[in-house]
Amino acid sequence: MTTMSPVADDSARLAQFEARVAADESIEPKDWMPERYRSQLIRMMSQHAHSEVVGMLPEGNWITRAPSLRRKMILLAKVQDEGGHGLYIYCGTETLGVDRQELVQQLLDGKAKYSSIFNYPTLSWADMGAIGWLVDGAAIVNQTMLAKASYGPYARAMVRICKEENFHKRQGYEIMATLARGTPAQKAMAQESLNRWWWPSLMMFGPHDKDSSNSDELMKWGIKRKSNDELRQRFVNLTIAQVKAIDLTVPDPALRYDEATGNWITGPIDWDEFWRVVKGNGPCNRERIEARRRAHEDGAWVRAAAIAHAEKQQRNNRETTERQQ
Amino acid sequence: MNTPLFEALLRLGDDRLVLGHRTSEWCGHAPILEEDIALANIALDHIGQANLLLGYAGTVEGAGRDQDALAYFRDAVEYRNALLCELPKGDFGVTIVRHFLHGVFSVLQWEALSQSTDPTIAGIAAKALKESKYHVRHCGEWVIRLGDGTDESHARAQAAVDQLWPYTGELFMQPADEASLVSAGVSADVSALEGAWRAQVSDVLRRATLTAPEGVWMQRGGREGRHTEHLGHMLAEMQIVARSHPGAQW
Repeated sequence: MTTMSPVADDSARLAQFEARVAADESIEPKDWMPERYRSQLIRMMSQHAHSEVVGMLPEGNWITRAPSLRRKMILLAKVQDEGGHGLYIYCGTETLGVDRQELVQQLLDGKAKYSSIFNYPTLSWADMGAIGWLVDGAAIVNQTMLAKASYGPYARAMVRICKEENFHKRQGYEIMATLARGTPAQKAMAQESLNRWWWPSLMMFGPHDKDSSNSDELMKWGIKRKSNDELRQRFVNLTIAQVKAIDLTVPDPALRYDEATGNWITGPIDWDEFWRVVKGNGPCNRERIEARRRAHEDGAWVRAAAIAHAEKQQRNNRETTERQQ
Repeated sequence: MNTPLFEALLRLGDDRLVLGHRTSEWCGHAPILEEDIALANIALDHIGQANLLLGYAGTVEGAGRDQDALAYFRDAVEYRNALLCELPKGDFGVTIVRHFLHGVFSVLQWEALSQSTDPTIAGIAAKALKESKYHVRHCGEWVIRLGDGTDESHARAQAAVDQLWPYTGELFMQPADEASLVSAGVSADVSALEGAWRAQVSDVLRRATLTAPEGVWMQRGGREGRHTEHLGHMLAEMQIVARSHPGAQW
């Protein structure tokens, strides 16, 4: 009987794993995977789940002020969807052998990242339009790619989530289109909001490819299939046509159409602002985490009650069974 | 002079709008993510019911007001919800106990109204009945968990019952102007629902080891537009955007 050394064993498994990824096979929870693949996925998926949950806050800020009952219902449903996405992705992350509580605690401790876009404030009703249209729109471009990710549970979650995000994007664009053809004050509200959200939306795709530290590895393992800059360009091309259709403008005097490639080329992105917000100094970083912490702390007695009640029930059931025996 | 049917529809619609709005204040801030989703769902159901009821109220009134005109351009004194619905959301215990107390009432009311001789009301009631049954089940389970859970949760749940109880009596005070609607089978006599409500509520409170206060004065006034001070603040927030742009479409 021959035994393989652990090193040879692992390198054989790695080769087999990489061959499966290269052949577009889906990696499932019980399959062997390199630890680094697992940790990169946990990082990405939990950041994604945190983004959904923190993302409830800027839009939740306007549910109580939505200007019609229809808009109020749509917005509530949208924010509820985001909570659902968060839950779904947390569960997906648990298939990698990590506990949701642990991930939530990382968020509350300020150790986990989430999408920086949610560190910007929502200042007018038009922001509900801009977020749905631009932020969910950018997320769709990203998630459509992730729906082909090599890790099965993540890819499947993205397929389902993308369907709902499409509805979110449509409702956002519809809000903006309605405002843009409304009263002069409404149109001004829409334009002012677009001005504020345009650049942060482009930043959602992350740094330029040459500055993106995780990209190579994620691409090699089929977690990401397109680069940050490719995705950003796709988003810009899609969105500029939509901006023109509702007669608004993007706040970019350098924007130009490149005949040769068919791409809309934007002016330079302010990466100082990007890194400032990522590193915790955006307008709302502290408030967002504080809101999550407060909800968690205020809810501690409720969670304790649910556990205590469940334990009493179990004890009662056990005693009943024992009496019957 | 408003017709009795218009007034009756405002009472039904305003209860759901105001309670739904209060519940929507939780969005993003609930004790656990699952409950955030559930509370958003409950809020959504209530606002959806209000949308239908106020829409029909506008049609009945025939003055060109739709559900949004009624929701966004009436002042507090023109609102007809029960006071119970407008109290601040409080802690999770207050929110849950209130939904349970109002939900049991709603189920009984929708059961009766699903037999209404007015087909629009009967249709709305049949849809709303299914939703309210879910709200009662969900919130009833939580009342038991909170009452039976820890010392702290028991104390908070009991405090919620004590705070809210004086506002439950108004639910069963039958407005005089609805008598003709009740005899025509359009509306339901809410005073007839109190016995069944008490039985169901007492059963859950007993299982939750909670007690209902006895002999307390029952607050009233909401059905006539005499509200608590809380409603004006709630409406100020709710109506600010719509009122800042009168005549605008959204």
